[in-house]
Amino acid sequence: MSGPVNWLSQIAAVTKFGLLSMPQRRGSVAAAAFGIAGVVAVLVGVLSIAAGFRRAMAASGSPDAALVLRSGADSEMVSGFLRDSTRIIADAPGVARTPEGPLASAELFVIINLPKISTGTDVNVPLRGVERPALKVREGLRIVKGRMFEWGRDEVIVGIGAAREFDGLQVGDRLKVGRYLWPVVGIFSAGGGAADSEIWSDATVLQAAYHRGDSFQSVFVKLKSPDAFNEFKDAVTADPRLNAQVLRQTDYYAENSTAVTKLITTLGYLIASLMAVGAVFGALNTMYSSVSARTREIATLRALGFGSAAVVASVMLESIALALLGGVLGAALSYVAFNGFHTATMNWQSFSQITFSLAVTPQLLVQGVVWATLIGAIGGMLPAIRAARQPIAAALWEL
Amino acid sequence: MSEQATGNGALVDIRGVEKVFRRGAEDIQVLKDLNLEVPAGEFLALMGPSGSGKSTLLNLIGGLDHPTRGTVSIAGERIDQLSDHRLAAWRARHVGFVFQLYNLLPVLTAERNVELPLLLTHLSKAERRAHVATALAAVGLEHRAKHYPRQLSGGEQQRAGIARGIVTDPTLLLCDEPTGDLDRKAGDEILGLLQALNREHGKTIIMVTHDPHASARASRTVYLNKGQLTREPND
Ligand SMILES: Nc1ncnc2c1ncn2[C@@H]1O[C@H](COP(=O)(O)OP(=O)(O)O)[C@@H](O)[C@H]1O
Ligand SMILES: [Mg+2]
Repeated sequence: MSGPVNWLSQIAAVTKFGLLSMPQRRGSVAAAAFGIAGVVAVLVGVLSIAAGFRRAMAASGSPDAALVLRSGADSEMVSGFLRDSTRIIADAPGVARTPEGPLASAELFVIINLPKISTGTDVNVPLRGVERPALKVREGLRIVKGRMFEWGRDEVIVGIGAAREFDGLQVGDRLKVGRYLWPVVGIFSAGGGAADSEIWSDATVLQAAYHRGDSFQSVFVKLKSPDAFNEFKDAVTADPRLNAQVLRQTDYYAENSTAVTKLITTLGYLIASLMAVGAVFGALNTMYSSVSARTREIATLRALGFGSAAVVASVMLESIALALLGGVLGAALSYVAFNGFHTATMNWQSFSQITFSLAVTPQLLVQGVVWATLIGAIGGMLPAIRAARQPIAAALWEL
Repeated sequence: MSEQATGNGALVDIRGVEKVFRRGAEDIQVLKDLNLEVPAGEFLALMGPSGSGKSTLLNLIGGLDHPTRGTVSIAGERIDQLSDHRLAAWRARHVGFVFQLYNLLPVLTAERNVELPLLLTHLSKAERRAHVATALAAVGLEHRAKHYPRQLSGGEQQRAGIARGIVTDPTLLLCDEPTGDLDRKAGDEILGLLQALNREHGKTIIMVTHDPHASARASRTVYLNKGQLTREPND
């Protein structure tokens, strides 16, 4: 034989004939391609939930922000501080300061029941009581509709995600908190972060409504710089008056999200794998019929001197081409259908809903196409071997 | 090649060939102790009843199958023991095939079909085009170069098949019932064409047929019977 160039041109030629004959087999080709498109769409779609969730969590914290919880508490739900402690924390070194005082917000975190618009069922929605610095502690937080609540008044503002997903949270609605009805006076955006899912009120107002005395659950602080974290952390943890732990907000939310993203990702892979098995058989079937429809053609090419390796490669390439067709279709479909799609899910750490939008990232699209390629390669393998093993002499006379 | 079978210079030299097919538990002996010499430049017709093993023999000569026993030498080269891989390369260089059902690729035009064997050579695109034009002219099909097989009559398809068979100027042209699927008139034209290729271009041709009308065009006819070759139809 004469070198790799010859070999490649053989593969190119044989592959071309296979691809050219695809339109004649369009029914079976389309069925297999749609099967693969389905796998890719489901895979990318489910994983885009995890990616969107992770993205929402990543947007929730900035590196120069810290969160203080009671020692041993792994979420705000089970944490608690008295005002004395929150003052000491606010005055600790490393906390950014303005003329009005330190950028630290002692906060309350409770859960209320609201119907989810999409399902009509009641779900847990976080209600957070904040102090004045809260708006400066969280970067990029702004009122997008209505106004800020007035300090000391029974009013709430609602995160843009919560307003979208849960019933009765539009400006002008009244929110039932215990025995009270609090007017919604504004909608705020926290740039896709966790706060978007929350309802906010004045911490002192919430304390009163929930008979919490003068206690809080967490302190959110803005640091002088990301580097000031250790200074702040050491000061707070070493202080004998406090029984507190300090977390970077980014770490806290990342940890918050891992359980959920892991579950969603596992689920996505599981469903997609099951579907992929079906799609492999679809590709296998299509390629078997492609090979058997061209038995005589392949034998003719072999008689003319084309090598069996070229036949194997061409059947594989044809199968992969078919799979890529489906993969690209599925990826495009999932992008159109899912990217930016708003939803809400349970955040197990806080036992409350978190709203976010699905993110069909470039990595996910690439992953989908890789899956399609693998499905095509696996599905094409046996038919390719059969095509190459066919005895030439007998196949030449077949109709 | 140490076991060079003959010094008589025959282009095709077959010695003691036996071919047994195994079908399930049953052995079918199709050829037994068969000898054949075909000198260069001959137009040999191979006749015999259906199922007598004509195609089997042609496949052995064309390197499409291995004999169970015996030697097949073409132009002094033993091909019976070549690996499948080497046989493929050998076929590309030495043999042109013409099939009863033409075996053209339906997705390619006549000229692209004729070009196929040239894809296995190192000829440039321009050289390939020139060879294709020559082959198409030799079979009188220049005006149909851009047509697809389905747009051609049976006779025209077989002309394209013959053009593909000769385009690499092979050592041997092997035809299995080349007129078997054609009407008398188209068949006659194809036979005339093969005859001309043999007489005017010196092509060595072995043609399987069961049509006496076809074998009459050949320079010699041999008959296959009970696994062996004879000079006469019956023994
Ligand atoms: N690949 C094969 N496997 C089993 N039997 C075969 C095979 N090829 C041919 N035969 C048998 O060998 C005999 C000769 O076949 P063939 O050479 O095609 O005959 P012909 O071309 O003279 O009609 C037939 O009985 C046929 O069934
Ligand atoms: Mg036959």
